[in-house]
Amino acid sequence: MNLFHVLGIFYRNIILIRRSVPKLFALFGFITVELFLWGFITLWVQTLAPGDARADFILLILTAFIFWSMFVLSQRSFSVSFLEEVWSRNVINLFGSPVKMSELVLGFVLVGVAQALLAFFYITPLAYLLYALKIWNLGLYIIPFFMNVLIFGWVLGMVTIGLVVRFGPSADILAFFIPFLLLPFSAVFYPISIFPPLLQKFTFVLPTRHMFEGMRTAIIEGVIPLDSVFWASILNLICVLLGFLFFYWMLRLARIKGYLSRLVQD
Amino acid sequence: MTAILRVSNLTKQYNHFTAVNGISFEIGEGEVVGLLGPNGAGKTTTIQMLLTLVVPTSGDIEIFGKKLEEHREELLAMMNFTAPYSLLPYNLTPKEGLTVFSLLYGVRDYKEKVKFLLDEFDLAGFVNKRIGQLSSGEQMRLGIAKAFVNNPKLLLLDEPTASADPSIARELRAKILKFIGESSGAVLWTSHNMREIETVSDRIIFLSRGQIVADDTPQNLKKRFGQEDLEEIFVTIAREPLKESI
Repeated sequence: MNLFHVLGIFYRNIILIRRSVPKLFALFGFITVELFLWGFITLWVQTLAPGDARADFILLILTAFIFWSMFVLSQRSFSVSFLEEVWSRNVINLFGSPVKMSELVLGFVLVGVAQALLAFFYITPLAYLLYALKIWNLGLYIIPFFMNVLIFGWVLGMVTIGLVVRFGPSADILAFFIPFLLLPFSAVFYPISIFPPLLQKFTFVLPTRHMFEGMRTAIIEGVIPLDSVFWASILNLICVLLGFLFFYWMLRLARIKGYLSRLVQD
Repeated sequence: MTAILRVSNLTKQYNHFTAVNGISFEIGEGEVVGLLGPNGAGKTTTIQMLLTLVVPTSGDIEIFGKKLEEHREELLAMMNFTAPYSLLPYNLTPKEGLTVFSLLYGVRDYKEKVKFLLDEFDLAGFVNKRIGQLSSGEQMRLGIAKAFVNNPKLLLLDEPTASADPSIARELRAKILKFIGESSGAVLWTSHNMREIETVSDRIIFLSRGQIVADDTPQNLKKRFGQEDLEEIFVTIAREPLKESI
């Protein structure tokens, strides 16, 4: 592993984020608008609920919203880091350089971590100021939860860019909606008990399901749900491996079929 | 002469289309080799195989005696390239772009190197200008500057002066030859500018329909084909592919 290579990938993306107003808006603006949306929805739902359950709504729904946003941000920042190379027709320069695939992935991961931390430390105080959301009520669960959310975002990022490599620049739209395919099945805003029994079984393989189910247990029962942490982490580990292999396979296929040059021509 | 690049029976096939068909050649230390051929002859595919962007169907590529497939990162760190279809990121400044590529090529003294290249290629004035705002000639100069960030021992140039006016093109050719001469490196140079290829090349390889149809010095090629200039040889080969192999 050559750290210069990783630094090169990281530096290239951080420059863009630092001075681009649209990119800064994508990082801080969307999440702010969504916080207002979910905040108002939660306040309204709270008025419909019995008085003794009201405090939980803010914590349950807004915490779920914040961590879902971190997941989407993690996936999007990973994917867009690669798409920047496609959009600027720099893919040939990148893959013709001595950068290894693992260094490329690590560079994108670091860009994702930097963005997620910035967004997290921006949105949590804002949610506290606006809606008195005390996210630290999650206790120590916040650490494995945050980690697992980021990691699964990178997995989907690898899948996204693998598909872009395979199907060309027109597949870039996938970067912006792939996470939402998982949203209904990840039990983000409702418990898995809502699902039909068969769907409960199928969704077991999704790390996001265990993360968000664990979040509700941590909030409602005040304990760290070790089984959720365990399953989310194990499944994530398997997904990381599969995601990396998928990206590797797509890249290998692109080198055999000549798809890489198509990424600067389409 | 030590061979820096050795290509043996290199073939690339896409389904039923053979882009490169069993080509073999060597490039020695300090040698500049022109790679010519009509559109679709296999020049770019050959260069892309040398950059590991395309996996050969069969055949071997050895650089400094090591197989490219097995020593990819080590060998790519000693090589570099520029091509008009592969621009540097439009949303960076020239200095940022060169810094990124210095890091990607593992250049330790990258700050000094970037400053040197910006001065040498007359790009130091574009402090706040994004690459996308540069003229095509300036972008091409930047592409060539990028090709020297790591003092390459093997340089692959795919139409490096295509967007330059004759005066700038001459200046750039001189710079490329000077830098590569200082490092005793080798160059594989493609162009549709026959005069350029004749000026810079020690040897010329003609490709047609994926095969090498001639490989010799510019003088010998003229004698063998009975032509006064390379352009006539090019036209002859392009129209009568694979008839004569030298």
